[in-house]
Amino acid sequence: MYTEISLDNLRVKKLPHIWCAGCGNGIVLSAILRAIERSKIDKDKIVFVSGIGCAGRSSGYVNFNTLHTLHGRPLAFATGIKLANPDLQVIVATGDGDLAAIGGNHFIHAAKRNIDLSVIVFNNFVYGMTGGQLSPTTPEDSFTTTTPYGHIEEPMNISYLAIAAGATYVARETIGNPLMLEKYILNGLLHKGFSLIEAVSSCVTEFGRRNNLGDPAEYVKFLKDKSIPFSKVNSVESHDGIVVGEFVNIEKPEFVTSYYELVKKVAK
Amino acid sequence: MGKNKVIVNKDYCKGCGICVSVCPVKILKIGEDFKVEVENEEKCIGCGMCELYCPDFAIIVKKGITV
Ligand SMILES: Cc1ncc(C[n+]2csc(CCOP(=O)(O)OP(=O)(O)O)c2C)c(N)n1
Ligand code: SF4
Ligand code: SF4
Repeated sequence: MYTEISLDNLRVKKLPHIWCAGCGNGIVLSAILRAIERSKIDKDKIVFVSGIGCAGRSSGYVNFNTLHTLHGRPLAFATGIKLANPDLQVIVATGDGDLAAIGGNHFIHAAKRNIDLSVIVFNNFVYGMTGGQLSPTTPEDSFTTTTPYGHIEEPMNISYLAIAAGATYVARETIGNPLMLEKYILNGLLHKGFSLIEAVSSCVTEFGRRNNLGDPAEYVKFLKDKSIPFSKVNSVESHDGIVVGEFVNIEKPEFVTSYYELVKKVAK
Repeated sequence: MGKNKVIVNKDYCKGCGICVSVCPVKILKIGEDFKVEVENEEKCIGCGMCELYCPDFAIIVKKGITV
């Protein structure tokens, strides 16, 4: 049923993937692949761009045109690709560190421009690949290798930031609800403009282990139980849990279209 | 009603146990080789939850053909 769709879109020779047992990244990646399949996008036109990190490894497994870039820079590469060839469907897979820490300014400005990119951020609250250091989204009071006594800062709300910066499609869902996650990714793929789908994922090894969430199944259940529907609180943020839903879905002038219109006008 | 088949790819399965926890009829378990095993396959309702939640693309459910 679902797995066959994923396998049809994967470089199966590269499997099994490197992700730890019970890592949520595979659940997010299957949701992305099912959404791509449902979108009926011409697969030859897809460019799947990723940065560096565990989430960033996803570009190595998907059977499209792919680009594994630099840490924090997938949006810079994606912007170049989309501007050079607007016919391409550019999808970006990134981590919370990749997108919101080292890549934070690229993120803000890509959203501000409303460039037609579909960005899926695998938010696992930590730098997974490098050994579990804090990331911008690390929750207050939680333990990481660089916050051994508990984190004293409030986490960054990636979706909130995307909305403030000007993104025209913003949604959040956790791996506790893979079908809704798939639906939001599909909506993002079909949306013209900057779409940001925040996929709240799990890092059992580096985050879970230090925060009583070492069991993969319990981690998934925890994220599901912590989810609060947007319709209930009417806010992107809640101290009681993780607000999930479609936050923004609006039309605004798109950067690449405006750019080529300007080129035409000036060339006259 | 046809029977559903649950096929586990042991080369991909890492034994994380997520599918075991989401199966509504509790027919999956982690075996001695630390990989998932199917018990009482005939009880499978073909819901596909195990596939949706498997992070390793390791389970395929073939729905039985209903005549
Ligand atoms: C310029 C640069 N700085 C630092 C690193 C080291 N580095 C690799 S991945 C990573 C963070 C990964 O965290 P995140 O983006 O959240 O992805 P995850 O591994 O959790 O999926 C860092 C700091 C690097 N590769 N390049
Ligand atoms: S370190 Fe964390 S994010 Fe990376 S593969 Fe392992 S569980 Fe997943
Ligand atoms: S399809 Fe549903 S009932 Fe059958 S094994 Fe998977 S989770 Fe259990």
